[in-house]
Amino acid sequence: MDSQITISGFLALYIFMLAAFSGWVIIGRVPAILHTPLMSGSNFVHGIVVVGGLFALLNASSVREQVIGFIAVLLGAGNVAGGYAVTDRMLAMFQPSAHKPAHAKSRHTKSHHPKKG
Amino acid sequence: MLHAIPQLTIGAVDLAAAFLFMYGLWRMSSPVTASSGIFVAGLGMLVAILSSFLYVFGVSAATRPYLSANIGLAVIALGLGGGASWWSGRKVPMTSMPQMVALYNAMGGGAAGAIAAVELLGNKAQGATQLVVTLIGALIGAVSLSGSLVAWAKLDGVINQPLRVKGQQYFNGLVMLATLSIGAYIAFVASGDAGQLTVMPGLIYLFFGCALIFGVLMTLPIGGADMPVVISIFNAFTGLAVGFEGFVLQNPALMIAGMVVGAAGLLLTLLMAKAMNRSVSNVLFTNFGAVAKHKPGNIKGSLKPAEAGDAGIAMRYANKVIIVPGYGLAVAQGQQKLYEFVKMLQAAGVGVKFAVHPVAGRMPGQMDVLLAEAGVPYDLIFQLEDINDEFASTDVALVIGANDVVNPAARTDKSSPIFGMPILNADKAKKVYVVKRGEGKGYAGIVNALFYGDNCNMVYGDAQAVLVKMIEAVRGLGLAAAA
Repeated sequence: MDSQITISGFLALYIFMLAAFSGWVIIGRVPAILHTPLMSGSNFVHGIVVVGGLFALLNASSVREQVIGFIAVLLGAGNVAGGYAVTDRMLAMFQPSAHKPAHAKSRHTKSHHPKKG
Repeated sequence: MLHAIPQLTIGAVDLAAAFLFMYGLWRMSSPVTASSGIFVAGLGMLVAILSSFLYVFGVSAATRPYLSANIGLAVIALGLGGGASWWSGRKVPMTSMPQMVALYNAMGGGAAGAIAAVELLGNKAQGATQLVVTLIGALIGAVSLSGSLVAWAKLDGVINQPLRVKGQQYFNGLVMLATLSIGAYIAFVASGDAGQLTVMPGLIYLFFGCALIFGVLMTLPIGGADMPVVISIFNAFTGLAVGFEGFVLQNPALMIAGMVVGAAGLLLTLLMAKAMNRSVSNVLFTNFGAVAKHKPGNIKGSLKPAEAGDAGIAMRYANKVIIVPGYGLAVAQGQQKLYEFVKMLQAAGVGVKFAVHPVAGRMPGQMDVLLAEAGVPYDLIFQLEDINDEFASTDVALVIGANDVVNPAARTDKSSPIFGMPILNADKAKKVYVVKRGEGKGYAGIVNALFYGDNCNMVYGDAQAVLVKMIEAVRGLGLAAAA
């Protein structure tokens, strides 16, 4: 089939190398002040594993595979939803001094007082 | 041609998702754009999950009888796992963020391990390379699952003390060796005759069991203050496991996302270890508490207590104040009161900045989040390398709940266990107030020379209570002036 790619041997290593390098460069730009949201955000990104879990579960052909596949999707979905929820909450808290009516999600921040002066 | 459409769609959507992840993380490089960054990445995740239901068009004949049940199970699993996590993630207090991240990380590792289990038990890996990669992914995923769970238990206070036994490292080494041997045996037997996998499920279960036990054993002896390093490592582990399973499933989106996270975790691990002045292997394999038997050098001077109110008034009449918050502030839940006090100082024309050490907290950057939660604008929060030179021109440095990260011994005393650790130069300020519960030592068990300096006064008490007194003193001043 045309759409079917086969990733093997060196091709896989190339993908891994380029991805690791990009990751290193992209993450290296993130300032220390954002390291916690960065970590929960990258935590969220590896939640893509849920797609692998869905593949395994949808292709299950025995009860055992159904059970393990179910666990994979359950955990993966938890990773995704939780990672997104906490990252979004944290990022909404970072506000600049000049208090702009930024971001519709500012309901997550505790009563935010505009600075005087 | 028609039958290729689902597959093409999945391919295209996964490609878009991989791009959106990278672009989302890219936007995280500034507090201004970060919020939209996670939204972009979330969009990628959503379409990737939805499109993966198209896999139903490509299932084998053996799966057909199970297909409708599988779809139902998938929807239930997504709803249950996603719903529970979303709810907990929305509700959890910011101080508990490290354990939540550890928990979600455990889930990711567990999912990667479970995928590997399906591949192995169902004999789906094709060829020796895929088999070996599956096994490695399974090992890393399982270690990340159980290790993160122990980290969660420690951070959440379920486990209070690091568990250290004599000869522990040798025992851990043996468990690791056993795990690797079983894995190698499985790979050796099954790569010769792939049918072998189906006849040795017991051995596969044992392999997972050993890996899980190793994850627990390696995390148990690590102390609470080393958690920033540990969480970063497990984040990297889960990323790698996801990347490897992505290779096995021939899914480039998983490979790319997993490897990006792996690199991110590694970078943060190294940063944290550097900020603690320790190597990663030192964190993982040595018992810090046992090493730090340091004889206090000849420290001159004495501890000079001061009243909280006096300290508050001194800051009110200063031009420039730098505040050094540590984990003790978070323990005392004093962030809100601190910002209230800061706003009073600002209203009186005092320039106030916050100086945050990289390891202030239980995960990288936690103190920044706690300050942001209290309402502190991010442009007042400065990192070590950006603010350290400013202490010399600062009137008052207020150290709250921090200890080792302001110990000048790290600069001067070669015999000190923390020598060489990057510290905040609070001692260079004209005046230093240290808010502390008592005269105890810091985590490293080292006497802090800063406290004995001529320019330093100690304000004893609970951080929150002390801040309330400072606020009252400064407010009283304003009232007296008005009267």
